Order: sequence, then C-alpha cells, then structure tokens
Amino acid sequence: MNKRNEQILEFFSPKSPRDVSEVIYFDTGISAGFPSPADDFMQQRLSLDSELVKNKEATFFARVTGQSMIDAGLNDNDLLVIDRSLSPSNNRIAVCFLDGEFTVKRLKVKKGEVWLQPENKDYKPIKVTQENDFIIWGIVTNVIKKV
Amino acid sequence: MFALVDCNNFYASCERVFNPNLQGKPLAILSNNDGCVIARSDEVKSLGLPMGAPAFKYKQFFIDHKVHVHSSNYPLYGDMSRRVMRILERFTPDVEVYSIDEAFLKFDGFENYDLESYGHEIRKTVLKWTGIPTCVGIAPTKALSKIANKIARKFPKETGGVYIIDNELKHLKALKWTPIEKVWGIGYSLQRHLIKKKCKTAYDFVQLSDLWVRQSFSITQWKLKKDLEGVSKIEMEQIKNKRAIATTRSFETTLTSFTDIKERISTFATSCAEKLRRQNSSCHMLIVFLRSNRFKTQSKQYRASTIVSIPFPTDSTLVISTNAVRAIESIFKKGIHYKKAGVILTGIVPSNNRQLQMFDHEDPRHKPLMSTIDRLNNKYFMKKLRLANQDLKRTWKMRQAHLSPQYTTNLKDIIKVK
Repeated sequence: MNKRNEQILEFFSPKSPRDVSEVIYFDTGISAGFPSPADDFMQQRLSLDSELVKNKEATFFARVTGQSMIDAGLNDNDLLVIDRSLSPSNNRIAVCFLDGEFTVKRLKVKKGEVWLQPENKDYKPIKVTQENDFIIWGIVTNVIKKV
Repeated sequence: MFALVDCNNFYASCERVFNPNLQGKPLAILSNNDGCVIARSDEVKSLGLPMGAPAFKYKQFFIDHKVHVHSSNYPLYGDMSRRVMRILERFTPDVEVYSIDEAFLKFDGFENYDLESYGHEIRKTVLKWTGIPTCVGIAPTKALSKIANKIARKFPKETGGVYIIDNELKHLKALKWTPIEKVWGIGYSLQRHLIKKKCKTAYDFVQLSDLWVRQSFSITQWKLKKDLEGVSKIEMEQIKNKRAIATTRSFETTLTSFTDIKERISTFATSCAEKLRRQNSSCHMLIVFLRSNRFKTQSKQYRASTIVSIPFPTDSTLVISTNAVRAIESIFKKGIHYKKAGVILTGIVPSNNRQLQMFDHEDPRHKPLMSTIDRLNNKYFMKKLRLANQDLKRTWKMRQAHLSPQYTTNLKDIIKVK
C-alpha cells in the first residue's frame, strides 16, 4: 500500500464489529440556532464487518502459518475470512482438513480428481484420494493483512 | 405443525468442528471445575460411561479406553449455539430457543410445504454452515415433535435425521414406542404415580380420562396429554426474563478465612448483577448461602443461608454486593472448611417499571456508573473493572485443565492453517 492510499484511508472511520447495530445519532438538538445542514445527508458509517462478512452465522476466522500460498497473497500470519456456506468449486481457495491438520490451498477439480494446489513453486500439488482423511472445511473469501 | 431441532451431542460436536481429529473418537466433556462428565459423544456412550460420572473416579477408564477429555468451553458452545439458532430463524419466524442445543420451530401457513424435505434442508444447512449435526422431529404438537425427534435420533439410517409424524398410524406407533419416563415433562414423582396406574407408555397415558388427569395432577399435565393426542395445547413460549438469577460455585480448594469468602461472595454478587442488567431487570431480594464439603464427612459440617430484602429494586453492583457481603457476615462461622457458596437474586422486576419509593431510593449516580462499568468490561477481556473487595489478580476462576481454545470468540485462539 503506498503513501497516497494510506492518506485516503484516514478519512474513513470504520466502526468496530461490536457495535454493528449502531446508527448515527442526530445530536444537534431542536432548540435555538441553525440546524446542521448535514443532518439530512447522514448515512450509516462504513462497516468493514458487513463488507467482509456476508453470512455471519457461517463465517469463521483462521490464521495462516507457512508459505505455501504466498503467490496468492496469503502470507504467514495473515487472517483469513472463511465462509462455510459457500459451495466448493474449481479454483476457489479453501480451508481443508487433510490427514489430521488444517491446510489452505486452491481447489483444482479435473476429470473427477481433486487436487490441492499450493501457490508457491517450491510446493507440490497434493492429490486427494480415497485413502486421505479429507474435509473441505470452508471457502476463503478475504485475506486481512497487517502492513 | 411444530418441529424440534436438537443438536446431537452438542458440546462434543462443537469441539469436533474445530478439531476434526476427534471425529469418531470417544469424547467426554467435563463440568465447571472439571468435576463430572456433562456431555458425551456416541462413542463414549457406547463404552458405558454414564452421564454425571465424577471425573476423578473414571481417570483409569479414560486412559484404558483412550477417551478424549475436555473441560467445558462455554464461550465456544455459546457462540455456536447462537449461530445455530440464527440459522433456524431463517426457516420460520416462530422460533423458541428451548435450551443451548434445542429449539422449537412453528410452521404456521406452511400448508403448501413438504415439511419433511424442509426438515432435511434445515438439517443440511445447519450442518454445512456450522458443522453441527442435528435431528429434526416434526409433528402437529410440541410434545409430539419431541417424540418425533427422539425417533429421528434413534434411527439415523432409516430417517436421515428427520422424522415427521403426519398420519394416525405414525402417531400411534410413536406413542406406543415411547416409555412414559421419556415423555417430555414427566418428572420422577409423576412417573411413579403413573406406573402405579399401569401407565407404561405415552400411549397408556393418553388413554387416561381427561378428568382424572386434571384432578390428580394439574393443568400442565392435562395440556401435555392433549398435546400427545395431537391437539396442540402447549404454545410457543416468548422469551421470558428469568425470575431468579444465581451464581453459585464450588471452590477449587476449601476456604476458611472470612476475607476469602467475602471476596468470592462479592464476585458472585457482581456476576449476578451483570446478568440482571443484561435482561434489564432489577431485584429487591437476595439469598446467600455457604456450606462445607459434604463429602468430607470427617470434618465439621455446616450449611447456612439467609435472605436479605433491599428496600428498593436495584440493579446496582454496589448495592447488591454490599448487601450480599453483609448477609454472609451474619452466617459465617469460624473453623469450617467451606466448599461452596452462592448468591441468588430474586424478587425480580423490569427495570423500567420500578415502583417509586417515598423514602428509600437508589443513589441516582449508580445507574450511569453501572452502564459505564458494563461497557468497559464488555470491551476489555476478563472483566478488568471490579469492586475493590474482589480479588484483582484472579483472572480465571475455574479449574479447566483440558480446555480447548476459544476458536470463535478470541482472535488469539482461531484455528491455524498451513
């Protein structure tokens, strides 16, 4: 993120996920004085929560460890937003449970085979077979990173 | 029509969502302070581990059978429960949350729906979105939907987790299949009474005369009988505010000094007052009790309780805590090894229609103070703002040796993916 962008971002005041129900309170009073001309144009504050979480009940978070997906922009320690209600399909990035541990990879479905494709040339794709203990746990919708 | 949606082995299922390695393995969840078994997976049930088994007695059993043992993780269960209930609300506007893991759904105006496949859709959605398996029982009344649910649970292969009682034949079969002690709302004493009457199943119960049931028991049992007959008498309950609020705990170790007891009582009173404010109520009576360890029969036994009435309804932590501490002073005896204490608030009224009092009233400064405390404590983890007679160092009051992470309520605890 470059300097200019950061400056633009300063104008937004996102609210914390805790007070999603918060609405703007028109606190200009009714007595003397000229009412604020901005009152009629008040809108909800921007909410990152409603932008990133489309289905609250089905959304979970996970932390990335390791480098296997760096080319897709998933770095070590990034925060993943996972929506379990979405259906898995070819090319989506999914959190899977494979042989005893959670892993995040790109799903590749071809000719009836399921592959877990890393996004790092040092890692090899994994073919999922009947022998594997395998669950597609949820679909990754967003990555949140500290800069 | 009504449906009862019940989560299968809810606590165990919650643990498994975030730790799929536990799938198919025997899993037991312990109560607060790791005292006894309060939830079991199917695998551990079939090993013969009883509900309520004291953990210390079954240590060897856990090792022998490779049972995974977890402390109860209420932040996780509470969050998962809320998710499940919200999802159910998408299927009908009429949802009664009956407990942490079950809810009644009412289907008014769903005549054109195939409710059985709707039930499967509910089940599938909850499972996919949250990972929690459920069973759905559908029937013309609430009491029958409970039975339908039991059938779905008992015969997963045949029913696919959904069973509907929608004709007379199924209705009769279900009643005859259900032993009287398994009928919803039939308590132990009632059951003994009914068995004397040779009433062994739900079917036998509905054969009794209405008059006899009403005369021998009460309107509640009559409503239950009608419900079982298929005539809906038990209605959906609105969310009721609790009529008593309690915080009672066994201590990790026995306590003897008054200072320690006072600290606990003040903490319990604080927690009660928070619960009270959360439901916008006030109280004007409180009960405190104190007792020794009744299992240590060789040491001196003592138990006492007392009731305090507060002249005005209050939801202030300060007032409630001061009164609770004063009350405990009056019953505390030296030289006893105390094991358990509690604070119970009663005489609960809605805060917004408190009666005005001529002479006694609460310090008006308490109200803004309490809302500030609640706001700050909600914002910061682990209740940072406390009364000065509470132990400031104490941050975790329970023994939870096998606690799983707070996967959904604490960013530090979320799952890690490679």
